[in-house]
Amino acid sequence: MEILVCARRVPDTSENEIEFNAAGNDIERDELVYSVNEADNYAVEEALQIRDRVGGSVTVVTVDGEEGEEILRRELAMGVNHAALVSDDAFNGSDGKGIATILKAFVEKGHYDLILTGVQADDGAAQVGGMVAAMLDYPFASLVNSIALEDGKLRVSREIEGGNREINEIDLPCVLSIQTGINEPRYVGMRGIRQVASVPIPTLAISDLAIDPDAVGEGAAKVKRVDYFVPASSKEAELLHGSRAENANRVLELLAAKGGLK
Amino acid sequence: MVGIYSPSYVADWLVPGRNLFAAIHVLGIACFIYIVSKRMVPLVRAQRDPRFDHPFIRLGRVSKFWLGQWKHPRYRFAGTLHILIFAGFILLAARAFAVLIVGVSPGFVMPGLSGRTGHIYETLTDYAATVVFLCMVVAAIRRLVFKPARYAVPSKYGKGHTADAVFLLGLIALLMVADSLFSASRFAGHAQQGQPVEALAFLSLPWMLQTAIGSVSLATLWGLNVGAYLVHEITFYFLLCYRPFGIQFHVETSLFSVYFSKLERGTLKPVRWGVSDEHLDQVKSFGVKTFEDFTWKHMLDFYSCADCGRCADNCPAHAVGRPLAPRFLTIKARDYVFQHYPVLGKADNGKSLIGNLYSEEEIWSCTTCGACEEECPLLLEYIDKIVDLRRGMIEDGKVPQSLQKPLKALESRGNPYGKMEKKRADWAKSPDLQLIGPVKVLDGKNGADTLYFVDSITSYDDRMQSIGRATSRILAGLGKNFGILGAAEKDSGHEVRRFGEETLFLALRDHNTEAIKQSGVQCIVTADPHAYNALKRDYKDVPAVEHISQLLAREARAGTLHFNAVDNKDRVFTYHDPCYLGRHNQVYDDPRHVLDSIPGLNRVEMKRSRDRSFCCGGGGLMLFYEPKEEQRMGVVRVRMAAEAGANVIVTACPFCMVNIEDAIKGAGMEGKMSVMDLTELVDQHMVRETGPEKAEKLETVTYGG
Repeated sequence: MEILVCARRVPDTSENEIEFNAAGNDIERDELVYSVNEADNYAVEEALQIRDRVGGSVTVVTVDGEEGEEILRRELAMGVNHAALVSDDAFNGSDGKGIATILKAFVEKGHYDLILTGVQADDGAAQVGGMVAAMLDYPFASLVNSIALEDGKLRVSREIEGGNREINEIDLPCVLSIQTGINEPRYVGMRGIRQVASVPIPTLAISDLAIDPDAVGEGAAKVKRVDYFVPASSKEAELLHGSRAENANRVLELLAAKGGLK
Repeated sequence: MVGIYSPSYVADWLVPGRNLFAAIHVLGIACFIYIVSKRMVPLVRAQRDPRFDHPFIRLGRVSKFWLGQWKHPRYRFAGTLHILIFAGFILLAARAFAVLIVGVSPGFVMPGLSGRTGHIYETLTDYAATVVFLCMVVAAIRRLVFKPARYAVPSKYGKGHTADAVFLLGLIALLMVADSLFSASRFAGHAQQGQPVEALAFLSLPWMLQTAIGSVSLATLWGLNVGAYLVHEITFYFLLCYRPFGIQFHVETSLFSVYFSKLERGTLKPVRWGVSDEHLDQVKSFGVKTFEDFTWKHMLDFYSCADCGRCADNCPAHAVGRPLAPRFLTIKARDYVFQHYPVLGKADNGKSLIGNLYSEEEIWSCTTCGACEEECPLLLEYIDKIVDLRRGMIEDGKVPQSLQKPLKALESRGNPYGKMEKKRADWAKSPDLQLIGPVKVLDGKNGADTLYFVDSITSYDDRMQSIGRATSRILAGLGKNFGILGAAEKDSGHEVRRFGEETLFLALRDHNTEAIKQSGVQCIVTADPHAYNALKRDYKDVPAVEHISQLLAREARAGTLHFNAVDNKDRVFTYHDPCYLGRHNQVYDDPRHVLDSIPGLNRVEMKRSRDRSFCCGGGGLMLFYEPKEEQRMGVVRVRMAAEAGANVIVTACPFCMVNIEDAIKGAGMEGKMSVMDLTELVDQHMVRETGPEKAEKLETVTYGG
């Protein structure tokens, strides 16, 4: 099975202290460290496990600047067969639809049976996977937390609010957005990355993918960020400072008062 | 022909006695050589391990730990039993040899053991055989009746070892009886024939047997004599050839395991012996993934283990129900080698160990505290094996999610918390330090003689920053010209290395080494035993490093450090030995000396202290690991402190502090027990030139009582 995983490089939320820039419309990006978006990493692991079961190959693609190579090397070290960087100044400022347009063009250059994305990027809006599927006219399942291959079809499950699970059958080729927790992604250390340091990673520009420049980039973006802020913390929060027993009693009182205990 | 002669004269069997005994000799020795050579096959395929250096040091260790049985009395009863058996075997070696030869060469006497010397030797060995026989009886009773808990085999590790142990005890007892009966019947026969005989040792097993059979007919005595001889010879060779199939193989291999034992504490073996750090990229595979990735010495360890259970008995991971027991790490490996390198048939090798022989949780469960290695009478190694297995798992990506994040953060930020590098020295700007001013950051503009290496936890953890400030105030109070690396310091990488991430460790080490060299300091001091061990053992080309407790003890002994008395007389202190200060670096007395230098300080010892200290739960990355366990090691440790009558635990390691502090809450002993670092205690009590009234304004750490 030929599998494509769309991955993204994001500021690592566990290793950064996010602060705002002076203009207040974005975060301060100096001194940030980046990593592959967590859900995308689960998607790569899932693709590798499917490949190891049924054969085929795994390709990882990212739309980014030169820095995108950093995460592609990490995924190569994890064991993917191919990596591709799609990069062009014309892509800067693209909204979700713009990114989906770029990815659709990349998908059409190859022959993929299965396309995986992470359920959403840490700083994203969980829209690209669905849009790519629609543009390709492929079936789409989101929030996938298990995949089984049966008779050329996939059985995928997702969790329903409240903890129940639902199983869906889906035809190939298709697009799936992968939930974190679907597997346990393997560890990649510096040694693994060093071993793939010389593996060539092709870079594809707008001309390589025959994308209409008017369909991507800032000019085509119809969704634009206008503000970015930390919401004020709620006044409802109450910190308890008493002894353990006093706190426990107070918690019981509060739960009773708010209807949490019946 | 009636009388007692040499068994070699037996003529009324199908074959002459001499021929039969010679055939058994040849067969027994040939079998033994064949079996042992088969056992050596994996060792030849193993990784290299240069252990042929320092012959005199190694011989010294052989005389102390092998011949001197140094570790055995740590378990008083079993140890004494073993010393008696061992001494008996050593004494009986020449006698057994002579008896074997007599069967083919009548009248043979060991050179140097004739005449009076021979008689003394005979008397000694009469008693030795008796003692060994009695020890077998006692050992069998222990095994069958008293069943010490440490011999138990949990069902997940297979069937119990009692039957095999008792069988072997029985064989040795039989050997002693046969040997004694052989002497007794000969002496009894000679006495009946009126030949002059020297007396057997009074009340020895041969003497008692002689007394019992003294009046039976000469013909019966002759029968008993050759029968005993045959039983002795067959039992001897059966034991010789049976030993390589189980725990008794240690009789042969222990000498070599002790001779080739690891000489340096606290160190780790390199990824591959003979490959320098710069050439590691050329090594195809890291660590131990298949059995053949072990070094030959580590394989020899598997053969030498005597299954005494002392390692697991002292292992904190085993004590709290983690899925690890050092004993079974070895036993499983030995079962593996017996199965995959059979004596008859072809070897089949190359199977992955993780997932088959060992589980991932088993290998991550070890805190590398070293209690098992400290206890092992045969000096077998565990930490190097665990770390090698982890190196293989790291390379194969088999790392629990809970460890992946801190490892990634160490790679990108130089600390496991993912905190910003520029905030590493924020603790040193605290208003609590106003008395001495902010701590100097050695960034090229400032110089100092002494580097205080802080390491990650003390730099970033709110509670542990108190150790950093206390250490700084102490160094300033002692008039040291010191500074810190600040943002240029990265994690020492001590646990990174012990968790098997060698490449990341080397990056951290190289970065820190460069930063330390740039700082131009002459010596390093740290309050973190893990950083101490890393800088001392894992780093090269850095100035000498000391743990703060060593510096404090030296100053106290020199009379340059004085303390105010403890004001609260209700406090009872106990000192918890951090593994990497105590067992791995033998610093036991210095911190105790500092504590005892504080006037009025009431200190008690926990039962498990010094080299038997019980790990608090592990440092560094172990804080992030989520083990399967029944209870926390720290909670067990806190209860031990309470049992000793203490209400303040003093330690000298930030990781011990985290674990014990959590454990006090976990055990529900808040208010009854407290923990503090040695530096905090010293900081509170040291007499400063600035006068005690100023010292009182210092940050105070609350502790119970």
